[in-house]
Amino acid sequence: MKTDNKTFRLLRWAVGALILGGAVALVVVRPLPFLFFRELPHLAFFGRTLYIIILACVLCLYRVGRGPTGADRIVAVDILGIMIVGLCAVLTIVTGRPWYIDIGIAWALQSFISTLALSKYLEGKGFDE
Amino acid sequence: MNSIAGLIFVAVGLTFDLLGCLGLVRLPDVYNRLQAATKAVTMGTCSILFGTFLVVGWTAAGIKALLCIIFILLTSPVAAHAISRGAHRAGVRLWEGSVIDRYAEDKEGEA
Repeated sequence: MKTDNKTFRLLRWAVGALILGGAVALVVVRPLPFLFFRELPHLAFFGRTLYIIILACVLCLYRVGRGPTGADRIVAVDILGIMIVGLCAVLTIVTGRPWYIDIGIAWALQSFISTLALSKYLEGKGFDE
Repeated sequence: MNSIAGLIFVAVGLTFDLLGCLGLVRLPDVYNRLQAATKAVTMGTCSILFGTFLVVGWTAAGIKALLCIIFILLTSPVAAHAISRGAHRAGVRLWEGSVIDRYAEDKEGEA
C-alpha cells in the first residue's frame, strides 16, 4: 500500500511536469495571433508573454475549481485578480492602446474590495463591522 | 534601450507569476498557498507594471502603471491578511506537518 501510494504520487508528479513543460513548449513554438498591429521592437517576446500569463491564469482556475475549502477558492480568485492586472499591462504594451491600463486599475480596485468582502463572509460576520 | 530594460523586467515578472501559480497548485495547505502565491504574484505583477512603464515612457499609460504599482503594493498584503485571519477564524485546519500556530495560542490566552 505504501509503495503503491508512492508510485502513484510519482506518476502524478511526472504527468503534471509533462503537461506544464508541454504548455511552455507550445507557447514558444506557436505563431503569434493577429492581434498585434503595432511596430514594436521585441514583438516576438511581448506577444508570447500573453500566452504565459494565460497559462498561469489556467493554473489559478484549477485551484478555484478543485480547492477543498472555501478559503482556497478565495485565495485563488484574489491571485487571479492581481494577475489580470499584469495581463492588462502587457496588452497596453502590445497593442499600444493606453486604455487597457485603466481596465487594470479598475480591476485591481474591484478585486481588493471583493476579496475583503469575501473574507468577511468567510469569517462568519456581517459586512458592517 | 528602454525597450530592452522593460523586456528584462517583464521577463522577471513572468517568472515570478508562473512560479507563484505553481505554488498555488502544489502546496498542501491554505496558509502555505497564501504565503507562496501572494508574495510571488505581487512582486511579479509589480515588475510587469514597471516594465510597462519603462517601455511606454512618461505618457499617461506609464504614469497610470506607476500608480497601479503603488495601489497593488498597498492593497495586496491587506487582502492576504484578511483572508488568512478569516480562514483561521472559520476553522480551516493547518497541514499535519505544521510546527507552530501562534494565533491559536494567542486566542487561548485571551479566553
